[in-house]
Amino acid sequence: MKVTVDMTLCEDHGQCAIAAPNVFRINDDGKLEYDANPEERELTNVEEAADVCPVQAILIGD
Amino acid sequence: MTAVAVVGGSLAGLRTAEQLRASGHTGPITVYGEELHPPYNRPPLSKEVLADAQRATSAEMLDRLAFRRRSSTADVDFRLGTRVESADLSARTITLASGAVETWDGLVAATGLRPRRLRVEGPTQGRHILRTIDHCLTLRADLDRPRDVVVVGAGFIGCETACTLLKLGHRVTVVEPTGAPMNRVLGPALAEAVQAHHEDAGIRFVIGPGVTRFTGDQRVTGVQLDTGERLLADIVVESVGSVCNTEWLGGIAALDLSDGILTDNDLRVTGTDDVVAVGDIARFPNPLFDDVPRRVEHWNIPTETAKRAAATLVAGLQGRPPALPPFAPVPAFWSDQLDLRFQSFGSPGLADTVETVEGDLGDLTGGVLTRYTRDGRLVGSVAVNLSAARQRELRDEFVVMAPVG
Ligand SMILES: Cc1cc2nc3c(=O)[nH]c(=O)nc-3n(C[C@H](O)[C@H](O)[C@H](O)COP(=O)(O)OP(=O)(O)OC[C@H]3O[C@@H](n4cnc5c(N)ncnc54)[C@H](O)[C@@H]3O)c2cc1C
Ligand code: SF4
Repeated sequence: MKVTVDMTLCEDHGQCAIAAPNVFRINDDGKLEYDANPEERELTNVEEAADVCPVQAILIGD
Repeated sequence: MTAVAVVGGSLAGLRTAEQLRASGHTGPITVYGEELHPPYNRPPLSKEVLADAQRATSAEMLDRLAFRRRSSTADVDFRLGTRVESADLSARTITLASGAVETWDGLVAATGLRPRRLRVEGPTQGRHILRTIDHCLTLRADLDRPRDVVVVGAGFIGCETACTLLKLGHRVTVVEPTGAPMNRVLGPALAEAVQAHHEDAGIRFVIGPGVTRFTGDQRVTGVQLDTGERLLADIVVESVGSVCNTEWLGGIAALDLSDGILTDNDLRVTGTDDVVAVGDIARFPNPLFDDVPRRVEHWNIPTETAKRAAATLVAGLQGRPPALPPFAPVPAFWSDQLDLRFQSFGSPGLADTVETVEGDLGDLTGGVLTRYTRDGRLVGSVAVNLSAARQRELRDEFVVMAPVG
């Protein structure tokens, strides 16, 4: 699956990293890093991450 | 096929529709929403969307805030601009404002809150509230030049609004009768530190007095306090709490509507079958803390309650018990105020003891962590300007100890 985070919206809330820790990570500078092409089995977690992002910055493609 | 009616078309209603599909409900789902807009995100209304003031239209604002529709809910019927006036739980019907009567097999109450208004005399022009896109547009349209703003109420939304309006160049005073800003949640020491921080930035706080009336003829010119002082104001933002939208269930004796809608731990509305409540309106017990039902007005609760309520409703419609482990969501909220970001987990307001365990209350910008305990047990934590990398660890402190019941 394809994941895109709109970095103009992202405010580094890090909620995504709690929901899908294998895909999203807050680095030591407090900034978001993510895997843009995670495995299909991460879908449920990534959907959860998209739901809980306070600024709704996460887009799931296919 | 069984049909589900969802009353309330905001975050909780949308998430419940999605979760009903995820839980295997294949019958019709109809969402009735009083607002004309499809479900959209409210928190930016007091933050970025209010801040980037420049003349976005309602459509542009909605474009930015609307939740994306999932393909699983493509066939959900959203009846927008449709207020539900009443429900009959034994006949399993709802009556719309138009008089039309619709039937259901399962019912979801997701009608949220509306701002409480101050009951004081005076002109109405210049008085604002903030919960919807329309409120935000009306407020912004009134901010066409530097204004004297009085925010009544120093809760989270009031404080965020004050901070955003200060950043936009307005003169801002916050009036709060009961104590330092956000005192009830943060506890006095942190609340006073936040007040000092915001005062340094230029917000004036008037703590203690109550508002007796608004002065002016057509338009507000000032706010009269019970101390005799009059504050200059051409804009007033009332941020004095909320009223639960439960009138449509009024008169149904089996329900406890004393504060929102009482439910059990599975979000089933007490006194009913096949009716669940979700989001800000649901008053449910959380075994993370105790067995006292409470409403939680945080953004993560609609999503959490939707999952559980959908599972409960689908099980009920299929004639089986939900048989799930205790529902123990970790309340979480954030707030952006000037250069401060608050992140809270748990229910700090329940604490009997508050301790700042990291950082210096005189320097909130540098990062502060405060922990809240009751009878020696952790019930909440509030991080100010700590890295988001710490959030998982702060939240997991609650996950580890749940559930107790
Ligand atoms: C300005 C603002 C800033 C916020 N900031 C934060 C924040 O930073 N962090 C945080 O955690 N939370 C924040 N919140 C809280 C968060 O937005 C709410 O918890 C969330 O919106 C609750 O969603 P809900 O769907 O339960 O209720 P609501 O969003 O209140 O939605 C209820 C919907 O039901 C509709 N309705 C009501 N009665 C009827 C009826 N009879 N028939 C049909 N429809 C009806 C209403 O029109 C409304 O659209 C903020 C809220 C506001 C207003
Ligand atoms: S939750 Fe949203 S805002 Fe926060 S880091 Fe993830 S993408 Fe960014």
